[in-house]
Amino acid sequence: MAKTTGFDIKRQYGFTTIAMICFVSLYLPVILLVVYSFNAGSSVAIWEGFSLQWYRSAWANDQVQEATIRSLIIAFWAALISTSVAVLAALATTRVRRFRGYSAVFAAINQPLMVPEIVTAVALLIFFAGIKVQTGYTGLGYLVVAHSAFCIPFAYLPIRARLQGMDLTLEQAAADLYASSFQVFRRITLPQLWPGILAGAMLAFVISLDDVVITEFVKSAGQDTLPTYMLGQLRRVVTPEVNAISTVLLALSVTMVIAFFFVTRIRK
Amino acid sequence: MNDLARTRERRESRNRWLLLTPALVILIFAASGPLLITLVYSFLTAGDYGGIKWDFSTDAWFNVFFQRDIFDDTLSFADAHLSIFWRSVKLSLLTTLGAIVLGFPTAYFIATRPKHHRDFWMLLIMIPFWTNLLIRTFAVMELIRNEGTLNTLLMAISVIDAPLQILFSETAIIIGMLYVYLPLMVLPLYASMERLDFSLIEAGYDLYASRLAVLRRIILPLVKPGLIAGSILVFVPSLGAYVTPRVMGGGKQLMLGNLIELQFGQGRNWPLGAALSITLLAIVMVALLFYVRVAGRERGGHG
Repeated sequence: MAKTTGFDIKRQYGFTTIAMICFVSLYLPVILLVVYSFNAGSSVAIWEGFSLQWYRSAWANDQVQEATIRSLIIAFWAALISTSVAVLAALATTRVRRFRGYSAVFAAINQPLMVPEIVTAVALLIFFAGIKVQTGYTGLGYLVVAHSAFCIPFAYLPIRARLQGMDLTLEQAAADLYASSFQVFRRITLPQLWPGILAGAMLAFVISLDDVVITEFVKSAGQDTLPTYMLGQLRRVVTPEVNAISTVLLALSVTMVIAFFFVTRIRK
Repeated sequence: MNDLARTRERRESRNRWLLLTPALVILIFAASGPLLITLVYSFLTAGDYGGIKWDFSTDAWFNVFFQRDIFDDTLSFADAHLSIFWRSVKLSLLTTLGAIVLGFPTAYFIATRPKHHRDFWMLLIMIPFWTNLLIRTFAVMELIRNEGTLNTLLMAISVIDAPLQILFSETAIIIGMLYVYLPLMVLPLYASMERLDFSLIEAGYDLYASRLAVLRRIILPLVKPGLIAGSILVFVPSLGAYVTPRVMGGGKQLMLGNLIELQFGQGRNWPLGAALSITLLAIVMVALLFYVRVAGRERGGHG
């Protein structure tokens, strides 16, 4: 009755326009940032022709090189450690009856997602400052441990999701055929769990690579990672060199995120 | 329960805690433990050159809200702190409001696409969310700074003569936070809207409701849980934001995160920094508890 031809009940005036504005403004600044990393001039707003000079100058910069290597080392260890412990934690907390302390364990694992980063950063600064005085150790270990901790929930969640979706029949069949629990895990559970583990590790790697706040507070002198190096450059004149570094980092995380999207879609 | 079952249960429980130990050790060492130490530090005396002295004191907590005049010893509210508190709350609320205005139509747009297109649109929202926050903030900064693309463009087409000073203002911080946290509004809103029952909307139109009435009386009440969830997800990180106000506010427009950092840098008042951190944490926890209650209600509610 009220439905005349062409009347779309889902439509709301202006919503599509606002949505399009949103999508454009989400991507436009980042696209401009990438475009100007190839600028021949030293401005990040006036286009003077194509050139790779800012990539070359970034790579020739010793500080950038060191920061890149440091970022990758920390992200590698953080991803490895957080994913390993997350696999074990996921096995202990998924597909089991609720046990005493379950909520506390779940809260502990997800704590890094709930506590504001600046608060964690300050807490780690205070705690590690004490340890530094006691032991005299000022190496990369602090950053690796800090990164491992806040990467745990990111590694844990995809692994847990994968585990929840797996059916128990294969494992039960193996157990019926007298496989030990370790054999069941290695031959049945692990092969099915791989995509989840890979997804968790990639997410942890990206999260570690992108971290600014906690790294900024925990690092000792001369331990800049790429993001903290970039933050430190703020006081200087902005040249497309920062854009070039950003573009490389961006390319790395976007690749990882898209890969993550596809890995989590692998059939069970 | 027989003995066999009991032994098995005990073994299961032992294995479970063995599996959990490595994760819990790391988390206690580098997440929960340090938070407790921070709480302890907030009750100590500030050292002369940073750090602390092991003397119990409530000065830090007192100084969060009050200040004592050094000449006549009168008490007054700590104006500097309170104005930063107020700015943090104000800017976070405005960011949340902006995120609703932009995020609501966007989530609705995605939810009303054909099913096989929705994943694509959501991927477009997810990609920025998972990319570096600092880089995204940089990107916005380069766009709106005086020598930036926006001003260059506006001056080239003679809309303005002098560049608009947007950077290093409260507006710039809001723009920056809105840009980086918008996906957090769209995600839960989309989750609510995806389950929207459009036959209710059709019924509304059959009863001669206008589009606005349908939006206000049918859609809004149905997606309210998603709206609240999204608001909290945007408000909480905005309140604790550190990078965005530092980059966009240029050290002039401080927010809570920057005030906390100051206590560990130039301020050299670690206990005060610790007390401010715990205060921020407490506000965030209240917001999150509220979120958990709403999310719990949604799961048990309509659908």
